[in-house]
Amino acid sequence: MKILYEKCPNATSGLITAFLVFSFFAAWSQNNSGTVRKFENKEDNSKCFKCHFNNNYTVTSPDSSKIITRKMYMDLQIDSNVYYHSNHRYFKCIDCHSDEYFTYPHNNDLRFEDISTCLDCHGGDPKFEKFNFEKITEDFKYNVHSEKHNSTFSCWSCHDPHTYTTHARTDKNILEVVAYDNNLCLQCHANKRNYRLIIDKDNPNLVQKHDWLPNQALHFKNVRCIECHTKKSDTLLVSHHVMEKKDAVRACVECHSRNSLLMATLYKYQSKEEISRNGFLNSIILNRSYVIGANRNYYLNMISLAILYMVISGIIIHALLRVKAYKRYHGK
Amino acid sequence: MENKIYFYPVWLRLWHWSNALLILVLIVTGLSMQYSSFESPHIPFSLAVTIHNICGIILVFGYLVFITGNIISKNGRYYKMNLKEIGGQILVQFRYYLYGVFKGDKVPFPVNIERKFNPLQKFFYVMIMYIGIPLLIISGIGLILPQFIVSRALGVSGLLLTSLLHICVGFFVSIFLMIHIYFCTFGASITSNFKGMFNGWQETH
Repeated sequence: MKILYEKCPNATSGLITAFLVFSFFAAWSQNNSGTVRKFENKEDNSKCFKCHFNNNYTVTSPDSSKIITRKMYMDLQIDSNVYYHSNHRYFKCIDCHSDEYFTYPHNNDLRFEDISTCLDCHGGDPKFEKFNFEKITEDFKYNVHSEKHNSTFSCWSCHDPHTYTTHARTDKNILEVVAYDNNLCLQCHANKRNYRLIIDKDNPNLVQKHDWLPNQALHFKNVRCIECHTKKSDTLLVSHHVMEKKDAVRACVECHSRNSLLMATLYKYQSKEEISRNGFLNSIILNRSYVIGANRNYYLNMISLAILYMVISGIIIHALLRVKAYKRYHGK
Repeated sequence: MENKIYFYPVWLRLWHWSNALLILVLIVTGLSMQYSSFESPHIPFSLAVTIHNICGIILVFGYLVFITGNIISKNGRYYKMNLKEIGGQILVQFRYYLYGVFKGDKVPFPVNIERKFNPLQKFFYVMIMYIGIPLLIISGIGLILPQFIVSRALGVSGLLLTSLLHICVGFFVSIFLMIHIYFCTFGASITSNFKGMFNGWQETH
């Protein structure tokens, strides 16, 4: 650089300018590549959101021309702001629902409309292969929710297609992932009304049920319900086999140990990324949280062992030399 | 009785032995937690946590007894250091342990009513009792009540920093314990210092 500067003093400033211009266009093109896709569905969808965004709607009786206002059921309310940030944001409502919904008031027979399942769109599609929807569907068959509430429980019971976003397969803050995923469970398990929509009894008090768990609040904030309540899966990033209560993990060492369960569940995505980068296991937990027993730093272990061996051997050598010196000065 | 000094009153002996027992239990349960394994459980994890927490809390009360005792009794004066002189004195004592003791040299700082500890001993006791143990207690309280720990500091989890501090200081206290026991054999006889901590009287050289 020094030689270049001496030969051509304007070269370095030129290079810097070129670099800045290049960086600007690179950043501009990157920023724009993410937002260039337009919401072409907005105009059509706005007809639906006109009513389904609100708490109530008005309908005109075809016989008497009387206009009445009705409550919109909570399950039928869709927040368009949330929808346009969800995974399915580019879809038109009628991509999944019948276009007959454009007729208003809706035809009563539409309530018998078949609702698509995840596999209907995602099954067999190489683009979604990494999500392994087939295995998720298989897991779901053994899911306690599926077994106990067969007819009413579906993918949509937890993953509202109008709001769902991918959280686990990202580099998002783990606490955000935990909060999002736990909220999926809590929307029924901590909500008496929603719980009763699925089963005819009151929801149990989760705090009381988990009173055996030390530092309960810390656990609830830092790990997901599914860490203990699902069967560990080797093929899925997020196991969908929710087990019966009696099978839930209760042994602390499942997580608080070298082969921490968390590495195969909550930190699975990050640990895979980490291993592919530098092969340093469990450091991902160490960087983001602290789990006693699971966090063992190789170098700290080695240093502490070295100090320990040095101290023990130092004491033994010193003691032997003392004995030798004692014999020399005091005789045998 | 002329070559014996009553250094260890009952309160001090009770504190010392209870503290020793607690530290041992804390080391064992701490190691058990840190190296917990599903395949070969040392102590059940939840039991290790419970014992560790209880012993830690009792140790805090013991520490308060030690500090209070040192304030209201004359024992505290033995921990006072002259910062100008201590460096040179430590060096002299270190040389004695390094080779003087093997040559039959006389003890450079013999025990007397004004000097309970040699300079090296005093320095490490002060470091452990007035810096190490308080750090262990503060970080230990933080781990029992993690809601009071800052969530992140310098881009790192506050819980991680607190745990690292607790484990590192705990490790050095464990190392100190081994050295402490060995150097207790440097009394008038190999066992005299141990006896002194039971009957209160320390034999002088």
